[in-house]
This record gives sequence, structure tokens and C-alpha cells, in this order.
Amino acid sequence: MKIKGRVWKFGDHIDTDVIIPARYLNTSDPYELAKHCMEDADPEFASKVKEGDIIVAGENFGCGSSREHAPIAIKYAGISCVVAKSFARIFFRNAFNTGLPIVECPEAVEKTDEGDELLVDLEAGKIVNLTKGLEFEIEPIPDFMMELLKAGGLIPYIKSKV
Amino acid sequence: MGMTIAEKILAAKCGKDSVRPGEIIMAKVDIALANDVTAPLAIKAFEEIGKESVFDRERIALVPDHFTPNKDIKAAQQCKIMREFAKKHGIVHYFEIGKMGVEHALLPEQGIVVPGDLVIGADSHTCTYGALGAFATGVGSTDLGAVMATGQIWLKVPSSIKFVLKGKKGRFVTGKDIILHIIGMIGVDGARYKAMEFAGETLKELCMDERFTICNMAIEAGGKAGIIPADDITKAYVEGRAKREPAYFYSDEDASYEDTYEINVSELEPVVALPHLPENVKPVREVKGVKIDQAFIGSCTNGRITDLRQAAEVLKGRKVHPDVRLIIIPATQQIYRQAMEEGLFEIFLEAGAAISTPTCGPCLGGHMGVLAEGERAVATTNRNFVGRMGHPRSEVFLSNPYVAAASAVAGEIVHPEEVL
Repeated sequence: MKIKGRVWKFGDHIDTDVIIPARYLNTSDPYELAKHCMEDADPEFASKVKEGDIIVAGENFGCGSSREHAPIAIKYAGISCVVAKSFARIFFRNAFNTGLPIVECPEAVEKTDEGDELLVDLEAGKIVNLTKGLEFEIEPIPDFMMELLKAGGLIPYIKSKV
Repeated sequence: MGMTIAEKILAAKCGKDSVRPGEIIMAKVDIALANDVTAPLAIKAFEEIGKESVFDRERIALVPDHFTPNKDIKAAQQCKIMREFAKKHGIVHYFEIGKMGVEHALLPEQGIVVPGDLVIGADSHTCTYGALGAFATGVGSTDLGAVMATGQIWLKVPSSIKFVLKGKKGRFVTGKDIILHIIGMIGVDGARYKAMEFAGETLKELCMDERFTICNMAIEAGGKAGIIPADDITKAYVEGRAKREPAYFYSDEDASYEDTYEINVSELEPVVALPHLPENVKPVREVKGVKIDQAFIGSCTNGRITDLRQAAEVLKGRKVHPDVRLIIIPATQQIYRQAMEEGLFEIFLEAGAAISTPTCGPCLGGHMGVLAEGERAVATTNRNFVGRMGHPRSEVFLSNPYVAAASAVAGEIVHPEEVL
């Protein structure tokens, strides 16, 4: 799985109320949710994002509520991957379950700026900052989690096993 | 080597003699729950799997508590999906408006969750039930959908952090102040992926309501679970309400912890968490003088009878400041009735507070008390993130019920002793 995209950078503790404010949770329509992705951090975010872009953020990304609407909003906004220093645990599960690739790599976050172009190679276990010519190693994703991503999430995975 | 209570419960649920932190297990779920925000997506996931029936219709709880009574057409549609699913599958613990309460206050009260359970909820504050000596953790809707179909979930066994509570708490210091103090100390990711176990002599003077408050906010430190091993207080609470046989688990003396913190509760003062993270904790005395527009007393954190009594203690014979809206929401119908019968409503109404039927409403900026641009609230809730209770440029200060009530009277954040 290789992902290439332009970076949008955020800080630490980006919570699920920022990713998708609760006032929009009266629907589960993914395209409706995507329109309000990251709205309280950057009201124009959803309109600026291009298909395939990558979010790069600090510690504890996705903390707060268990709302799966958060990774769904990110995915349907066109974001192809989230690279962060660390993730909150419920968001971590939800991302894999909904088929949104996420990667922990503190070093890559430190050395990447907004607008840089990144290449994330999940199988090879590396992130390449194409703009700056830097390469970072990432922990390989456990086989089970990789299968979830390849299947497109937990449900298609369970179905494929039945 | 010994095991912690978290490890013991998880070992029991996956049929092993022992488990170790980091191990991935497939565990049997005792109770699965979802609300009107998370259930529709979980139902969609369940239906995609294509199973005819749920794993056990007595072990699923569906509670329409977030945007209910239906706040708009979209919310009504969401609730309808949930209601129809509950009917179709004969879900025993579905709570219609009029019986509904805020889920994490309702389930223990109704004896649906019991000590020793593994509870998986599509709501981050599912960790509340740890106060019963259960292992309870929040997940997303897809996980919950899979649990409804299979009765199982994969979990990574967390390591544990122990918090030993010592000393007696002072006047106006509550369980809320203890947990806010801890979050302030270790940060909003201080217990990320970990179980937070509470121990120590102070537990003896914490009633179940205050224990629920403490475990409720484990997630605000990033915790996977908050756990208080059952004692006589737990057993007295469970007796007469448990719908199933409880099981009691206790940590071994030689269990291993990633960290152990001692907290001298007698040194604590009432605190508030300043915008926009629950870790921004300061003694109320250092924050006083901050003008407020609204005060909210309620939620899965502090909407129980003990909380309402504390608020009433402050509000008795006093009036809410003319520039403040005070909203009080008992968390369940039973609490509502009890508060009414104890005469608390009389006190609240005399003070000029608005009292509502149970709902999560204002806590997440849903309805029943949304903040406008530039407005500021004191709330007994659990999160003060940007835009949590309304406009992205509104502010939330988290506090205990004494502080929220006193601030509503003063029109600004104050220590309760300044009002009483």
C-alpha cells in the first residue's frame, strides 16, 4: 500500500470535536460529515483539501469521543492517510475498522511542514518526504491490521472470513 | 507474577488462566451498548455482516440519550433507525423517552452492568462502569456492530497505572476534583492505552456516585479503562438491582504496574479545568472572577443524585445571578423523581434554574443549552474542547456541582465558600 499526497499540518491533541463537531452528528451520511471535517480548527479545510492529501499531526490525534464519524469525515474529505506522533486509542481502532490508513512516526512529524509532499509506503515501512528528500522508518503495521486495511475495514474483513 | 484486576477480568473473558499487557485477545462481551449517535452506524455495520439475529438480545443496551427528546428531523431519523432495530431484534434493554436516562448513569442504576463484566460501548465514557469493578471501554460503531453480531471483540490487554488515594477530602472537594487533579497531573494522554486502577483508604469515603465520576473521566487522560475494585460500598449498591450474578476480581499484591501515584486527597481543593483541555486544571481560588453566561449541572459525569444534592446545598435560599442561565439535568428518570421527592426541585425552581428531562444535550453542544460566540460556561461535564458546547469561540470550564452552583449564583467562577 503506497500513499502519496500533500500535507496539511496540525498540532497536538486534535480532538474528535475538532475533527467533526458534535453539532453535525445528527447524521451518519459520510459526504455530509466530510463537509465539516476539521471545521473548528480551519473552517475552509474541507473545501481546500484535494483527493489524496495527507494529515500530519502531533501527539494524541483523535482524542475524546468514540465517534467513528471522525475517521469517516477525514476519509470522505479525501484524506488518504494520517501521520501523527501518536493516536488516541479509540480513534486508532476506528481508523483501521473504517479503512483509513494511519501511521505513527514522531520524527516524520517533526521534520515535515505544511505543503510538503509525502510518500507513505506501509509494506516497506517507510515515509519519504519528497519535498525535502528525507526518509523515515515506521514500525511495520501488524499483519492483522494490514489485512483490515486491505479489506477496506473490519466489516468487509469479517465478511470475507465468513 | 500476579495480575491486576484488569488483566484478571480480561483473562476470564478469553478463557485463559492469565494474560499479559500487550497480548491481543479475543474476548467475550457481557454487555454491548450504543446510543442514538453511534447506534445507526453500528446497525449499518451489523447489517452489512449479514447475520440474521444479534448474539444475545438480553446483552445489548440501546439508549437514545444524546439528541433526545429528538432535537430535529435528522436526529429523529437516527432514533427511528435505532428504535426499529430494537423492535426487530427484541432488544430487552432499549429505553424509550420517558424511561431513558443518560446511558452511563442508567445502566448501573438498572443493574444491567454488574461487577466483573466486560462492557463494550460505542461511547467513550463507557469507562464509567469500571467503578463497579468491571472492565469497560469505549469503541467505535463498527466494532460495536461486530460485537452485536458475534458477541466478541479483539482487545489488546492494557498495562495498568495505579492511583493510591490517601487522606480525607475537605469540604467541597468531590470525586470530580480528584479525577481532574489526576488528569492535570498526568495530562490528557497520560494514561493512553492504559487501565487506570484506583486504590487506597480514601475510597471508603467515596460513594458510588463519586466513584462513577472518577472512572467516567479516565478517557480524559486517554485511559482505556478506569477501575475501582468492588468493596462493601459497591456490594451494597449492586444488591437488589443486579440483573445477573456479579463476579468479584481483585488485583494480586505482586501485580505489576507501569506507574504508581500516591495522591494525598486532604491537600486537594475544588478545581476547575480551563479551556480547551481537561488537563488545564487549577484551584478555583486562582481562577475566581471569571464571568460566566451559563452553568450546567448534569451529564454522565455529574448528573446523579449526589451531584444534585450538592448543587441544592449551595442553591438553597439563593438566586441565580441575573446574567446567568442555570440548567440542571438529572441523568435518569429515577434520579429525576428522587430529586423531586427530596424537595431539590423546589430549591432549584426557587433559585431560578431550568430543569430538564434526562439528555446528554448541552454537554456536547447538541441542544438544551448551546453556547453562542464569546459565551462562557461552567459545566459539571467532562470535556472543554474547542466548540464542545456550541460556538467554536465559546468556552467551557469544568467543575464539580458545588462550584458550578456557586458560580451560577455569583455570576462568575467562585469557590463555594464565598457563596455559602
